[in-house]
Amino acid sequence: MKILVAIKRVVDHNVRIRVRPDGTGVETTGVRLSMNPFCKHAVEAAVQLAEAGQGAASPTEIVIVSVGPKAATDVILTALAMGAHRGILIETDADLETLAIAKLLAKVVDEEQADLVLLGKQAVDDDSNHVGQMLAALTNRPQATFASEISIVGPALEVTREIDSGRQTLSLPLPAIVTADLRLNTPRNAALPMVMKARAKPLAVRPVAEFGVDLSPRLVIEKINPPAERAAGRTLGSVADLAAFIADDIAQMEAL
Amino acid sequence: MRVLVLADHDAGLLAPATARIVQGATALGAIDLLVVGDDIAAIAQSAAALAGVAKVLTGKGSLAADGLAARLAALAGDYDYVVASAGSVGKDVMPRLAALLDVMPVTDIVTILGPTRFERPIYAGNAVQTVTDNQPRHILTLRASAFRPAATGNTADIEALDSDIASLVTLLANHRTLSDTPDLATAQIVVGGGVALGSAENFQLIEKLAKRLGAAVGATRAAVDAGYAPNDWQIGQTGKIIAPDLYIAIGISGALQHLAGIQGAKKIVAINTDAEAPLVKLADVALIGDLFETIPQLIAELDKRGVTH
Repeated sequence: MKILVAIKRVVDHNVRIRVRPDGTGVETTGVRLSMNPFCKHAVEAAVQLAEAGQGAASPTEIVIVSVGPKAATDVILTALAMGAHRGILIETDADLETLAIAKLLAKVVDEEQADLVLLGKQAVDDDSNHVGQMLAALTNRPQATFASEISIVGPALEVTREIDSGRQTLSLPLPAIVTADLRLNTPRNAALPMVMKARAKPLAVRPVAEFGVDLSPRLVIEKINPPAERAAGRTLGSVADLAAFIADDIAQMEAL
Repeated sequence: MRVLVLADHDAGLLAPATARIVQGATALGAIDLLVVGDDIAAIAQSAAALAGVAKVLTGKGSLAADGLAARLAALAGDYDYVVASAGSVGKDVMPRLAALLDVMPVTDIVTILGPTRFERPIYAGNAVQTVTDNQPRHILTLRASAFRPAATGNTADIEALDSDIASLVTLLANHRTLSDTPDLATAQIVVGGGVALGSAENFQLIEKLAKRLGAAVGATRAAVDAGYAPNDWQIGQTGKIIAPDLYIAIGISGALQHLAGIQGAKKIVAINTDAEAPLVKLADVALIGDLFETIPQLIAELDKRGVTH
């Protein structure tokens, strides 16, 4: 079995972001960047599936792919240290739209003939939540998004998804595309020997032009602004004051 | 301009989100509303009653993304816009549809500025993007909480589509959260609890206050991870986005990803022992105190005042 995991390098989720005053975007220079948290869950799921399949006739191979600048090799190395086998960086300095990313990944899926493609359900920078679903369309494969449990049952995949009304369990034939939600697993922190070992694993850096995909943007990002600020609040002295505030607020709602 | 809106439904009822998506989409053109599912006659009736709907289309089959996206792609030729709620179905199917049509979608829209201009939050709501979409066809998802519900009283025609929707995916089980509280994503009042509750049993205190106020119940990611509340109660960047008139946050310090889900709330009340907690700083009013003492006292005070909603 071959598992392809697509990952993204983003502004670290613990960094308090700063919107540039000229409206051109979010400041990313001099800011800590790391693997998107949802992508870490996808890598961990692949490693756990490989571990569960140990001793099978053919061992599972995990291939990591990312699209981004040369510096994005650091998140691929993180995934290799977690237990993946080899990496591919599709190198570009451009800030590509999700549709272009999905088209590039579709080429890699085609080259690699992966049985299962895992991705994070969304990246915490643009919060798009598109690429897995688009990749499934472009490769004509069934999809299970927002996965909180994955298991291989015979020739099929059983996936439990987190949805608006609770959870649902689906069965999908392989090959398939799955996107990871946060409760899928707890990603491991690679120990130092694994980090050292990762540097010896194959990592191909390939220029984006090699893939022959039209990358021109479809949307125009006019500007990026900070959200409206809320008015300063106050601290109440007693539970009675709070009840009065709530009663007053509900009275206003009912009046509308 | 012609608009196709995909309806959301759950447990045999039209989802409250759909009335809001219809209201939002009336700014774009005349709306046909598509209802897909297996026992949908009653849902189609509710859909036909929404103001702004020209026609309701019904299709048999599952909501699995592969079949549903193919169905929408076959219909899309007749429309300038295909629109869905940014809920779990819309998020699942619309990017797939967009890729089938070679269109870049615009998702999680909170403001429709014009026929091709939209605002959407990024970075967990810490920045807002203004996007122009000049493509010939537009694939959009709207955040239900950012729009008012459409009025009812309409009697649009209902037309059944002939072919069923096929999918490679089999639904094995639905694990539903049973609750008699209102829909979280569209509720007027929400009471949310954090890990400070300490257990699933204690979390019932949040539910008790919510019921007293006719409010929906929400939870932080940490409270859901700890097993105090089901996953569909999670509010935040990766859970539900809420925009109630009143949000009462209890024992919630205010992690960035939680704050992302509540920025649309008109009024925020925080109850916390820590006066320095980010959510206390953000709130319109805060009460510093132990939630296990203050919530029963608050319920008693509300009873004394005869507050109802």
